[in-house]
Amino acid sequence: MSIAAKANALWEYANPRKFLATSERVLPFFWITSMFCIALGLVWGFFFTPDDYKQGSTVKIIYLHVPAALMAINCWLMMLVTSLIWLVRRHHVSALAARAAAPIGIVMTLIALVTGAIWGQPMWGTWWAWDPRLTSFLILFLFYLGYVALWEAIEDPDTAADLTSVLCLVGSVFAILSRYAVNFWNQGLHQGASVLRAGAVTGTDTEEKVSNIFFYPLLVCIIGFVLLFVALVLYRTGTEIRARRIKALLARERVGG
Amino acid sequence: MTLTVTDLTITRGGVPVLEGLNFALETGRALILRGPNGIGKTTLLRTLAGLQPPLVGTIKGAEDQIAYASHSDGLKPTLTVTENLAFWASVFGTDSIQPALDAFALNELADRHAGNLSAGQKRRLGLARMLVTGRSIWMLDEPTVSLDKDAVQMFADAVRAHLAEGGSALIATHIDLGLDGDILDVGANKAKSGPLDDFDGGFL
Amino acid sequence: MIALLLRDLKLAFRAGGGFGLGLAFFLIVTVMVPFAVGPQSSLLATIAAGVLWLGALLACLLSLDRLLALDWEDGSLDLLATAPLPLEAVVTVKALAHWLTTGLPLVLVAPILGVLLNLPAPGFFWLVISLLVGTPALSVIGTFGAALTVGLKRGGLLLSLLVLPLYVPTLIFGAEVARRGALGMETQTPLLMLAGITAATIALLPFASAAVLRINLR
Repeated sequence: MSIAAKANALWEYANPRKFLATSERVLPFFWITSMFCIALGLVWGFFFTPDDYKQGSTVKIIYLHVPAALMAINCWLMMLVTSLIWLVRRHHVSALAARAAAPIGIVMTLIALVTGAIWGQPMWGTWWAWDPRLTSFLILFLFYLGYVALWEAIEDPDTAADLTSVLCLVGSVFAILSRYAVNFWNQGLHQGASVLRAGAVTGTDTEEKVSNIFFYPLLVCIIGFVLLFVALVLYRTGTEIRARRIKALLARERVGG
Repeated sequence: MTLTVTDLTITRGGVPVLEGLNFALETGRALILRGPNGIGKTTLLRTLAGLQPPLVGTIKGAEDQIAYASHSDGLKPTLTVTENLAFWASVFGTDSIQPALDAFALNELADRHAGNLSAGQKRRLGLARMLVTGRSIWMLDEPTVSLDKDAVQMFADAVRAHLAEGGSALIATHIDLGLDGDILDVGANKAKSGPLDDFDGGFL
Repeated sequence: MIALLLRDLKLAFRAGGGFGLGLAFFLIVTVMVPFAVGPQSSLLATIAAGVLWLGALLACLLSLDRLLALDWEDGSLDLLATAPLPLEAVVTVKALAHWLTTGLPLVLVAPILGVLLNLPAPGFFWLVISLLVGTPALSVIGTFGAALTVGLKRGGLLLSLLVLPLYVPTLIFGAEVARRGALGMETQTPLLMLAGITAATIALLPFASAAVLRINLR
């Protein structure tokens, strides 16, 4: 198969029927593997790694905190991509996937914020500080809220998809701007994003490393969260497609078609 | 400039309402749009005016030629009659509002605030706006609502004068204006629901 | 374009146009602050710059839901969309009219309210400069929010929810300029950032506003 043909084959999944059929087939795999990875990662991390010499056992909340924070940002990225696809190619599934992902993003952001607060209390002696990272996540949370509220407020589904897509685009730019503004406004307590840097794992470039012994269970947790996210998005997109279909059928009935 | 519509399907709220529309609007002619309530006459006019895209089909000759009048007149209650008209005249880049005032007998009301006008007077002001646009194709949506007999006559005269100058008009109305125009009944073009299993079929 | 600007200004100044409401709101919010935090002049001096920026921002927000909604309700927006004026120009002029009737008066009265809040002397100049540079961005971003929510029955609250997060960078840099100015610190970096945001929003956001307005007019 040529690359162009492959690309075309990919767009086939934008057909709601094909999407529903395929997602129903692959969903069990995602549910099971994600649950397995998360369970494995959490048990490994909680019971089979030593306590940190400085942070004690509180460090173990990292197994929830870091994956949730990663997914909170990546969920917005996914919404941005699917919004662009909707605006350019007008595939309904794409717009509905963005709609389906938003509440998941909200929950992930909340998990990151709450676990961060629980972690921060013993470490920094405070539940909340206006640290740039924490503040950025709070702002991200507000963007999610606005996005979902706009979806809910508009009756016509295509109009809602168009408007939320533009909001997602514009919001992304302003979210990045806010990130820089907040960094400028306050240099904070939070350590740098140390997990996914090679140096952080080997400990060559910084003192703030996450050592191997914590890293592998964390990696398993991250993989688990990614799989869980995919499963939730597929599942919720299916629900949105069906809801949309019901709405369309009712509209047809009203015009007497 | 002839307005040509070919194989047009229009939608309202994502649902097709009219399909297979084919007609031409020649210069100097009026076309009276007929059809039962809710069939999609307003949607058709909005589509032709460029406010919403058609689902399929083409519209030729409409670019920057259309003056559109919807149900609402777009009047500002705190501006006077003259100010309201002068605003639209300068937006459309025409200079004189006097012919419009004359045609709809608005001279006596010229300095009244639009908010103090009666419904019929407001409608006259809204229709006078068509004259200051300087555009050749008029699209009017139920223009005679709340007009009395004399005002309807005024309007019919204004349309006749416009046609005589080489303009054209598409008017959705149910009363007889006494115009020498063709009738376009869209009742037969009611959209049948398409097949449910095409690509995005379940949605549209 | 000039005609539209003049009409909007005329409408704002005539009875019921709402001119002055934003100003009165700004005044009241500022007066309420000492009641909430206490009258110590040292405390007020510390927070004055931030409070004035926040007050100005909220006053801007207050008038946004009338910005396009009135033209939407009476059908003018439909007619403007079929006029020779591109919608990008329409939203730009609307934003400019909003700034002239809301933003600019706020800039002018802010120093007077600064006296009430005991703003340190060097702060006055920087407060006015930062508001002068920042409030146009508030109007332009607000117009985008108004265009998003124009077709909704009760869009006012949603409008605030959508627009406030977008105001964050402007608020941070704007208030930072005023705060640093009041403390006699260097203000160049935040001022440049603020000017950059304003310039970029004026240049780019009208396209997004016009696009969402077109979608809403369908």
